[in-house]
Amino acid sequence: MRTPSGGRIDRARPLRFRFDGRALNGCAGDTLASALLANGIHLVGRSFKYHRPRGIMAAGADEPNALVTVARDAARHTPNLRATQVELYEGLAAESQNRWPSLAFDTAAVNDLISPLLPAGFYYKTFMWPPRAWHRLYEPKIRAMAGLGRAAELPDPDRYAQRYAHCDVLVVGTGPAGLAAALAAAAAGARVVLCDEQAEPGGSLLAEPHATIEGQPAQAWLAEALRQIGASGRVRLLPRTTAFGYFPHNMIGLLQRITDHLPTPGPDLPREVLWQVRAKQVVLAAGAIERPLVFPGNDRPGIMLADAGRTYLNRYGVRPGQTVVVATAHDAAYQAALDLAAAGVRIALIADLRREAEGVLPQAARAAGLPVSVRTVITGTNGRLRISAARTGHVEGDGSVSARDAVPCDALLMSGGFTPSIHLFSQSRGALRFDRDLAAYLPDAPAEAVHCAGACAGIFGLGAVLESGYRAGAEAAVAAGHGAAPARAMPVDAAVEATGGFLGQVPQAIAGRGRAFVDFQNDVTAKDLKLAVREGFQSVEHVKRYTTTGMATDQGKTSNMNALGILSDTLGRPIPQIGLTTFRMPYTPVTFGAFAGHARGAQFDPVRRTPIHPAAEAAGAVFEDVGTWKRARYFPHGGEGMHAAVNRECLAVRNGVGMFDATTLGKIEVVGPDAAEFLERLYVNPWAKLAPGRCRYGLLLREDGSIMDDGVVGRVAPDRFHLTTTTGGAPAVMAMMEDYRQTEWPELNVWLTSVTEQWAVVAVQGPRAREVLAPLVEGIDISASTMPHMSLRDGSIGGIPCRLFRVSFSGELGFEVNVPANHGRALWEMIGQAGAAHGIVPYGTETMHVLRAEKGYVIVGQDTDGTVSLDDAGLAWAIGKNKRDFVGKRSLARPDMQRADRKQFVGLLTEDPAVVLEEGAQIVADPAQPVPMTMIGHVTSSYFSAVLGRSIALAMVAGGRARMGSRLHVPMPGRTIAVTVAAPVFVDPEGEKLNG
Amino acid sequence: MAERAPAAEIGPLDGLRIDHAGTTLAALPPSTRLALHGAAELAGAVGATFGVMPMHEACRAASSGARAALWLGPDEWLLLAEPDAGAGILQALTAALAGKPHSLVDVSHRQTGIGLEGPEAQAVLNAGCPLDLDPAVFPQGSCTRTVFARAEITLWRTGAESFRIDVLRSFAPYLWQLLEEALREAAAASVSG
Repeated sequence: MRTPSGGRIDRARPLRFRFDGRALNGCAGDTLASALLANGIHLVGRSFKYHRPRGIMAAGADEPNALVTVARDAARHTPNLRATQVELYEGLAAESQNRWPSLAFDTAAVNDLISPLLPAGFYYKTFMWPPRAWHRLYEPKIRAMAGLGRAAELPDPDRYAQRYAHCDVLVVGTGPAGLAAALAAAAAGARVVLCDEQAEPGGSLLAEPHATIEGQPAQAWLAEALRQIGASGRVRLLPRTTAFGYFPHNMIGLLQRITDHLPTPGPDLPREVLWQVRAKQVVLAAGAIERPLVFPGNDRPGIMLADAGRTYLNRYGVRPGQTVVVATAHDAAYQAALDLAAAGVRIALIADLRREAEGVLPQAARAAGLPVSVRTVITGTNGRLRISAARTGHVEGDGSVSARDAVPCDALLMSGGFTPSIHLFSQSRGALRFDRDLAAYLPDAPAEAVHCAGACAGIFGLGAVLESGYRAGAEAAVAAGHGAAPARAMPVDAAVEATGGFLGQVPQAIAGRGRAFVDFQNDVTAKDLKLAVREGFQSVEHVKRYTTTGMATDQGKTSNMNALGILSDTLGRPIPQIGLTTFRMPYTPVTFGAFAGHARGAQFDPVRRTPIHPAAEAAGAVFEDVGTWKRARYFPHGGEGMHAAVNRECLAVRNGVGMFDATTLGKIEVVGPDAAEFLERLYVNPWAKLAPGRCRYGLLLREDGSIMDDGVVGRVAPDRFHLTTTTGGAPAVMAMMEDYRQTEWPELNVWLTSVTEQWAVVAVQGPRAREVLAPLVEGIDISASTMPHMSLRDGSIGGIPCRLFRVSFSGELGFEVNVPANHGRALWEMIGQAGAAHGIVPYGTETMHVLRAEKGYVIVGQDTDGTVSLDDAGLAWAIGKNKRDFVGKRSLARPDMQRADRKQFVGLLTEDPAVVLEEGAQIVADPAQPVPMTMIGHVTSSYFSAVLGRSIALAMVAGGRARMGSRLHVPMPGRTIAVTVAAPVFVDPEGEKLNG
Repeated sequence: MAERAPAAEIGPLDGLRIDHAGTTLAALPPSTRLALHGAAELAGAVGATFGVMPMHEACRAASSGARAALWLGPDEWLLLAEPDAGAGILQALTAALAGKPHSLVDVSHRQTGIGLEGPEAQAVLNAGCPLDLDPAVFPQGSCTRTVFARAEITLWRTGAESFRIDVLRSFAPYLWQLLEEALREAAAASVSG
């Protein structure tokens, strides 16, 4: 069906491709749709619900029928692509969808025969009972039957990139309006981004063989305009780029397709780029979408939109058929008929449903000898896999329709007029108004800095479109802070503006006979919409959801206005009173890959490792995730399991010495003359009298009085504190402190510096810790008398400057050695070597947890949650009794905080010492109580203690401190475990080891 | 106790360097980094001692040789200097600023430096940094704390096509991998047009 010449395809560059396995030929510049049509193939798919044969209806993003799967390999397998937007490349392999065993013979087409049994709301009505069958039976079966293509099941091997961009003016669309806007904005000096979803910029100009602009043929003008745009140096032109979403503050999401059109993409090229463009001003030049006519049998292959037919002829050199019937309510279809006739296509009939057609184009058609028949509608079509004839009818003066001849044809072009593409404007929350003359919704008051030009603003006719585009571009540039663009008239010689249009269902002889499709992709007919109204649905939002009209992947691009027309007729109310459903992003589907970008696999989230990590890895450590950090959990020897390793590590620390990577603890240096006062206001503890060189365990509350975080605070100098936070709490504590510093107490001379990553920290814990460190440290006397528990010194260790803390989270004699992070690994190895003579053992977070639990030290976030107060946790001793105020103090006086039956922190000992409770298990007083039992608490921490030779647990129990020694129960599946309430300190309650 | 030579420092990206189509990504050698907080009036005393006067203008870096002062907030600068100079500068600045409320903290090891230079540098950064890096908006000498994907970075435009990035050391491998991917893609796209 290829014309011998003409169009923008390259006949000298033939391309081979396959459709459903059949080898076919096309040309460079073809889309899959135009190449199929060139091979005489209209049947390309089966419909969603009825499995009706469907053809190519459109030439762009509005295509509802021609959805195909394009597969390069098993993983690169993309379903539901519009054949009209798939660029042909050598070796492309496409498959039709939703058919079995073949496209021409599809067994599920039985749905079409039983379609009277499948009305609107069929699923809601039929699959109600029994309710449990929905998940097990109905939904799986329905999903298997219905639906579109299948997604690939292998991981997507392609790269997806993301880019941020800023510009003065973003122009969406490179048709005449968009080009003119870009020319104006660039001439005014603005930074412009110009994007278009098609491979080639130009929009309607690409299919325009007649018009001239500024004295040049349209396509020569297009080439010159693109040259000027390129030469300006101010315009970033993005082809194959869909503006899919309009987000607040003029942020536009663009999806650029980089490799889908390439036969063998390079390995470093991303398949797609997701652009997030922040534009000072936006010009929307998105054009308009032609509407189908709603007549019975309007979905047969061979039936397409008139402007699409014209595009296939003029841009791709393809005749849609040999004998064509044109059905229209708009003058534009006459131009299509004239162009086709000039290309040798026989126009069998132009059936115009309007009372008269006396415009320039209808007159030209008559003058060319084309058969024009007004007041004529299509009443049905013949043919199975391709239209073979159009049945016609005459609309009488009373509105009734009398049958006329059936006109044989192999293609039918239809036009119900044009619907401006207001999708993005509506997404931006701009107001819409209904224009009665155009029978269309148009942009009204904008909500963003946006200008609409050309057909999407209801402006038609090439001259007016260019003028509106240039004006919009110039206005946008001025609004973005640039000067005026030079005046530029763009005189055109083109056909005068075409007029007409129709919304709703074409008049019929017998109402309700035959199926006239409104939403082709979701198989919604005019009858379905009328049924919905009869069943009581009046709101367009309800009708949409009940019938699914407009809810397919094309979001009703070709159907929404006809659906509104039918609702208007049926309800007897004008369209503006019926409203319009909301336009939502994305304009056309966007891959998940583009949204994910590089945030997948190892790059999904930062994985943070300490400087000591490689040494721990070499020592065979097993790591666990703590927030975004990797921390060594335990260091197994040989075939040791976790419990064996932890028992060994715990005993080593209690009886000898262990070393632990504590680098991940949050650290903040608080400096300034008011540093102590700042901490007084934040922490529950008193600070003013803490001497330089000494440390204190600090507690922070939220404003509601619950525990927020804890950590050791050391006073380095009168005006300098080094404080630590929990690993997970570090960012929140820093943010909370900065918030108070900047907004509540700006009068204080104090500043915060995060030093979490400045220091690598090795904790050396155990009775022999001092023996290990004493020979290594320089300039610090670490003897018990000069460096007591809870003190700090600056000095050096093995030539590395260090800040040494004497602190303990194990209950043993302990030090934490801080060195600048790049020395961390050297420090770890130095201590390991020096400690070897003392039997030093590296230990991980699991052992650290057991050791601290044996001492009853809480872990904020494990033993506490957002409801636990200091008193609940047994930490009320930390509160500075003479403090006037601190964050959270007022909340401690709330009556709820004083209740005697609040859950309190206690220890639990199982009666069977070998049983280790499960963390999170509930605690009851009466195990005989029928379910639901009264739960009085829960286990927060539970371990086997090697040093005690038995299990230990920590728990929050209602009124727990008054229950010391009493027997409680932990019901578990199959058994109930008896426990005794104990003090939450199991080892060295007097703290003698700590102070050794 | 005998003096021992300090063991070699190990940075998170030591020696890494890649080049695609004339754009280079390279781990920078160690630097002295000092976090300076205080009133804008400190600038004179700092400048006289440090050799570079911190700017009052927002998001501007002053530099001279290996030394630079990056404005990061109305009362915050990041001082950069040659690696061995930290202790001396700290001592001199502490003396020069005595009696003036301020905070000076050595954060040399907190971050690591990455240099990005070449025709694709800006495009590579905009793969993960949402700021407008057009030279008219973010000219040479601009600096700011910002993000690249999920990593906080300090970004300084040191030339028309060159940038210095300082990133928290534990985020450095993550950032490096993303920058490398972005550079590979930008280079491929620029070559294929």
